[in-house]
Amino acid sequence: MKDDFPGIAFTVAGARHVVAGSPGRRLSEVLRDDLGLRSVKVGCDAGDCGACTVLIDGAQQCACLVPLAQAAGTVIETLETAEASLARRLQQAFLDHGAAQCGICTPGVMMAALSLLRETPAPSLQAVEDALGGVLCRCTGYRKIIAAVMSVSAPPATRSTARAGEAVGAPLQRLDGGPKVIGTEVFGADYVPADTLLVRAIRSPHPHATFELGDIVAWAAARDEVTTVLTARDIPGENRFGVIPPLADQPALAESHTRYLGEPVALVVGRPDALEDADLSDFPVTWTPLPHTLTQADGGAPGAPQLHDTRADNTLVRGRVATGDPDRALKEAAHVVSGDFETGYVEHAYIEPEAGVAWMAGDRLVIQACTQAPVMDQEDTAKVLGLPLSHVRIIPAAAGGGFGSKLDLSVQPLIGLAALKTGQPCRMVYTRAESMASSTKRHPATMTARIGAGPDGRLTGMVFHGDFNTGAYASWGPTVATRVPVHASGPYRMPHYRATSRAVHTNGPVSGAFRGFGVPQAAIAQEVLFDELADACGMDRLAFRRLNALEDGDATPCGQVLTSVGIVACLDALKPNWARALADAKAFNAHSRDKKRGVGVASCWYGCGNTGLPNPSTIRLGITAEGQLCLHQGATDIGQGSNTVITQIAADALGVAIESIDLIGPDTDLTPDCGKTSASRQTFVTGKAAQRAGKALRADILRRTNLAEVMSIKLNGSVLRVSDGVQSQDIPLDALPVDSNGYVLWAEESYDPPTTGLDEDGQGIPYALYGYGAQMAELEVDLALGTTKVIRMTAAHDLGRVINPLLAEGQIEGGIAQGLGMALMEEYIPGRTHNLHDYLIPTFGDMPEVVSLLIEKPDPEGPYGARGLGEHVLIPTAPAILNAIRHATGARVTRLPAIPHRLRAAIKSAQAERT
Amino acid sequence: MTYLRPDTLKEALEALEEGAPRVAAGCTDLFPATETRTLQGPILDITGIDGLRGVKKTGTGWVLGATTTWTDILRADLPPAFDGLKLAAREVGATQIQNRGTLAGNLCNASPAADGVPPLLTLNAEVELASRRGRRRLPLNKFITGPRAIALAPDEMVVAVHVPNSAGRGVSGFLKLGARHYLVISIAMCAARLVVENGKVSEAALAVGACGPVAVRLPEVEAALVGHPMDPGLVDGALVTAALHPIDDVRADARYRSEAAVELLRRLVVGAAEQEAQAA
Repeated sequence: MKDDFPGIAFTVAGARHVVAGSPGRRLSEVLRDDLGLRSVKVGCDAGDCGACTVLIDGAQQCACLVPLAQAAGTVIETLETAEASLARRLQQAFLDHGAAQCGICTPGVMMAALSLLRETPAPSLQAVEDALGGVLCRCTGYRKIIAAVMSVSAPPATRSTARAGEAVGAPLQRLDGGPKVIGTEVFGADYVPADTLLVRAIRSPHPHATFELGDIVAWAAARDEVTTVLTARDIPGENRFGVIPPLADQPALAESHTRYLGEPVALVVGRPDALEDADLSDFPVTWTPLPHTLTQADGGAPGAPQLHDTRADNTLVRGRVATGDPDRALKEAAHVVSGDFETGYVEHAYIEPEAGVAWMAGDRLVIQACTQAPVMDQEDTAKVLGLPLSHVRIIPAAAGGGFGSKLDLSVQPLIGLAALKTGQPCRMVYTRAESMASSTKRHPATMTARIGAGPDGRLTGMVFHGDFNTGAYASWGPTVATRVPVHASGPYRMPHYRATSRAVHTNGPVSGAFRGFGVPQAAIAQEVLFDELADACGMDRLAFRRLNALEDGDATPCGQVLTSVGIVACLDALKPNWARALADAKAFNAHSRDKKRGVGVASCWYGCGNTGLPNPSTIRLGITAEGQLCLHQGATDIGQGSNTVITQIAADALGVAIESIDLIGPDTDLTPDCGKTSASRQTFVTGKAAQRAGKALRADILRRTNLAEVMSIKLNGSVLRVSDGVQSQDIPLDALPVDSNGYVLWAEESYDPPTTGLDEDGQGIPYALYGYGAQMAELEVDLALGTTKVIRMTAAHDLGRVINPLLAEGQIEGGIAQGLGMALMEEYIPGRTHNLHDYLIPTFGDMPEVVSLLIEKPDPEGPYGARGLGEHVLIPTAPAILNAIRHATGARVTRLPAIPHRLRAAIKSAQAERT
Repeated sequence: MTYLRPDTLKEALEALEEGAPRVAAGCTDLFPATETRTLQGPILDITGIDGLRGVKKTGTGWVLGATTTWTDILRADLPPAFDGLKLAAREVGATQIQNRGTLAGNLCNASPAADGVPPLLTLNAEVELASRRGRRRLPLNKFITGPRAIALAPDEMVVAVHVPNSAGRGVSGFLKLGARHYLVISIAMCAARLVVENGKVSEAALAVGACGPVAVRLPEVEAALVGHPMDPGLVDGALVTAALHPIDDVRADARYRSEAAVELLRRLVVGAAEQEAQAA
C-alpha cells in the first residue's frame, strides 16, 4: 500500500524530479512553485479555461485537475520544456500572426497545439478547433491562433520589417511578444520574492449586511499559520477609493457595513504553505443581513434600501443630452418605432484572476500587480495607506487581460497594507470565484427608446432613457451615465434629440468600465430600432443607415461640428458584401425549412479619451552617451498593443528604425504619466505625445547639425549619424553633458485632447476625435432549438491611419468575440455564475470567420491621423447579430443574451404574430 | 490527511472497508468542487490499479473498466450501437477533460447533466460494484437514484460498466444542446439506439438527460416506434414531455427543455434512418 509517499518522481525535459509533499496537491501548483515552471498559468482551478494545459505522456491535460500522485512515472512537458524545434516554429507562427495578445492563455494554447501538430502536422480547421477547444482566450477571438497553428506546416512567412521612418502602417510583430510566446512573461501571480507572505480576504457572504468582528486576536493566536489579521481599523489613511476622486466611496476593507456579495472585511496574512488551504470558515465575524436589491428596477424603486446616505433614491448620477424639440419631431414623424431593451451584468472574464505582490523598499512601498492604470493605483493606494505619493511605486505586472476592470483597484491596497504592517513581501492571488465576485462588471441596462423618420426616410428625432445598474459603489458609473446620452443616437444626423440616463445603486456587483462604457448597451436599442424604422420606411437597412449617416460638417446632438467623419466610408465598404450576403441568405432559405439564415448590420461611433475632462499623456525619449535610445512609455499594454503602436509612432516621428528603441516601463518611478488604458485613448493621446516627443527630439538633433532637414537618424555606439538623404553628419554623444535622467539628448512632451465641459443639455465638445465602424453579421438560426451559429462577421472600421494592421485586426476580432458573447451567451448572476462553466464566454468553436476592412480617413487631431479602436470594435457586434436574427426568423429579441430558450420564445411569438 | 493510491483492487477494497475515503480517478469533478490547492482527504486514488482501465469484449458483452477515460472510449473498437456513447465522449468538456475524466466517475458524480448517462441507458448498461463483501451489479437506472445520489455502500466502489451483447445491436446517436461549443454543460441531451429489421424498428432505446433529476429512458415513446419504419413523426411530444421533469435554471427554462428534448429525439430518429440507409 502506497500511503506514505516519500516523494513522487516524474520526468521533465529528460530530468527526473522527485517532489515531496501532499500527493493530492494540484500538479499546476507543483510545477509552478516547486519546479518554477511558471508558463503553467492558473485561470480557474476547475478545468474550465485550459490555461494550465500541459502534456503528460504526450496527452494534453489541465494540470489543475491532476493530483501530484498521478504524475508518478510520467513525462511532463510545459512550454518551457517542450520539444524545442516544433515549439520554436509555433512560437514564430504566433508572433507572425499576432496570435498572442495579453499572453496569459498562450502557453496553454500552445501545448494543446503541440499535441495536435505531433500527430497531425497539417491539421484542418476543424481539427484545430477540436484540439484547442479546451482553452479559453478572451483577447484574440481565436481566429489568429487558428491561422497560426495551421501555418506551422507551411514555410515561414517573411517577417514584416520597416525601414527608418516607415514603421507607421507596417504590420509589425508586437515588440513585447517574445516573452508571451515562450512563457516567461511575468503576470501578477508570477513574481514571488523570497519570504513572501500570503494574504487571503474574508468576504461578505451577503449582498447587504452589517457585521461585528469577534476576538480576532485570539483567533489568530490560535493558528500557527497566521502572522496577522488586518481590518479596516488597521488602515492608516482614508479608507475610501474610487476612480473619480470626488465620488470615491469604496472602502478597501469594509468598516461595519458591506454592500455587495464578496466585499472584503478582513485580511488574513500568513505562511503561504499552511495558509493557502487553511479553512477560514470559523473566522470570528457575525453577520446581520439587511434587505437588498440586485436590479436597477428594484434599486431605483421608491422605498428601496438605500446604499449611500448622500445619494437620494439610490441615484448616483444622471446624464442628459438634448437638442431641438424631439417630442414634436416624433409627433410629426411619418414613421415612429419604439422599444424596451434589457441587458444583464457582463463579466470581463479575463483569464488572469487579479494578482500581485507588494514589498517595502526602505520606507517606500512597491506594488507589482496587474493593472490598467498605474498612476491611479499609486494615487489611491497612497491615499488609503496614508503614504506620500512619492512613497508608493507601482510596477504594472503584465496584465492577463483587462477590458476595463483592471482600471479599478483590486489587490493593491490589500497587499500594500499587509506589506506595510508586516514589513515582509505579501502577495495575493484571487481565486476565480473571488475575482468574479469582487471585480467590476458591465452595467446592466433597462432602456427605452422612440425614434422617428420622415416620409423620405430621414431621421427626425429620438428620445432615449436608460437606467444603468451601477452596483454598490460609484466606480465608473458616472462615466457610463455621461457617455451614453452623448452616443445613443449612433453616428447619424439626429436633429431633435433627448437622451437621459440614470446610474442606480443596488447591492449587485460594482459596475465599472467594460469596453465601451455603456455605449454597447445603448447601441443595441438604437440599432435594433433602426432596422424596424428602415422596414417602416420601406428602405433597405444599409441604405437607410447610409442616408442618415453623419458627414463632415454635420453637428452631433451635443452641437459639436465634426470635421472628419468616417462612418459613410465604413457603410460603403460593407455594401458589396451586404448585397452578396443577402443573396446568399435568400438562396439558402429557399431550400431550408428548419434552419434560416439572416444578415444584419449595425454601426458605431465612439469618442476617444475622457468625456469633456482632461486626460493628458506624457512621453519621454532619451539618448544616453553610449547611444542607447530609450522610450519611456507609461501606457499599460494589456494585450491591445500600445507597447508596439506607441513605439512605431515615436520611431517615425524621430526618424529612427524601430529596432533601435529600447522600451522602458511602465513603472511610476521610470515613466511619466500616460494615463489609464481605457476610453480607446492610448493610440490617440499617448500616441500623440509620442509623436510630439519624437518630433521635439528630432528638432533638437537637427539644431545640432547644419543640415536643412533630417531624413534619418542612426545610432552607432556613441556616435549619432544624421542624414538629410544626401549628406550626413555625426554627433559625438559622449562629448555632451548628461542630464539628471542619464541622457545627453532627450525630449519630453505631453498631449491633452482639446475638449470642453458639457452644459446641462449636454452641449459642448466632449471629445477631440471619434472613431467609426460598421459591422455585418451573417448567421444561421435553428428555428426549433433557438440556437444561433454566426457564420461570418465583416467589420469595417475607420482608424484614421492604421498604425499597425496586424494589431488592428487583432483588436477587431477580439472585440467581436466579446460582442458575440454579449449577444448570445454572457450573463453574470451574482452568487450563481462565479465560475467559467456557468458563466459562458465564446470558445474556439463559436467564433466565425472575421473579414476586417480597415478604412483610413485621417483625423486632423490624431497622430498621423490615427483614431482609437479598442472599444469601437465591440459596439456594433451585438446589434448586428440581433438584426441578423430578426432577418432570419422575424424574432425580435429585446432581452440579452439571446440564449436558446429566449430566442425560441421570440421565434414562437413572431410565428404567432404572422399567423 | 491520507491519500492512498494502491496497486491492487484488494488493497483498495480493504481501504474502503477500513474507512470511507473519497474515491478519486480523473478528478475532473473533485478538483472543481474545491478552491483548495490540495484534494481534501481521505482520498482513495484508484488510477494505479491494474486492470481497471480499458474496454474489453467478453463472451457476454462489453466491459468498460472503472478508470476508462472518455478518450479511451473514443479510441476503442466498438460497434455502431456505441456511436452514441462515442459522440457523448466527444462532447464531455474538451480534450483535456476527455483525457482524464472517466466514465465511472461521470456516473458516480450523478449530475443530472452527466453526458455519459443517456447513451449508457440506451445500451442497457449495468454498473458493477465491489467491496470486501463481494460483487454485485445494478442496472444503471437503479444505480443513479437521484441528483448527486447513487446506490453505493460506503465500503463499495464501481469497478466496471457492463453492456450486454443484446444491446450491442443497431445504430445509435447522441445530441447535446448547449449555449456554446466545447466546455459546455447541457441544456438538454438525448441518446437513441435503434435496431431495424426488415425495414421496421424491432428495438428502440431512447433516453433524455438534463431534463429532470436523473436521465430517463422513454419506454412508451420507444414502444410507439417499434413495428414501424423509422419515422420521427412517431416520437410523441406529449409522451416525451410527460416523462420529463425539467427545471428552470440559468441555462434554460423547463418548458424549453421539454420541447428541445422532443426535437432532439426526432432528429436522432432522422439521423438513425440516414445511418441505416447508408449501411443498406
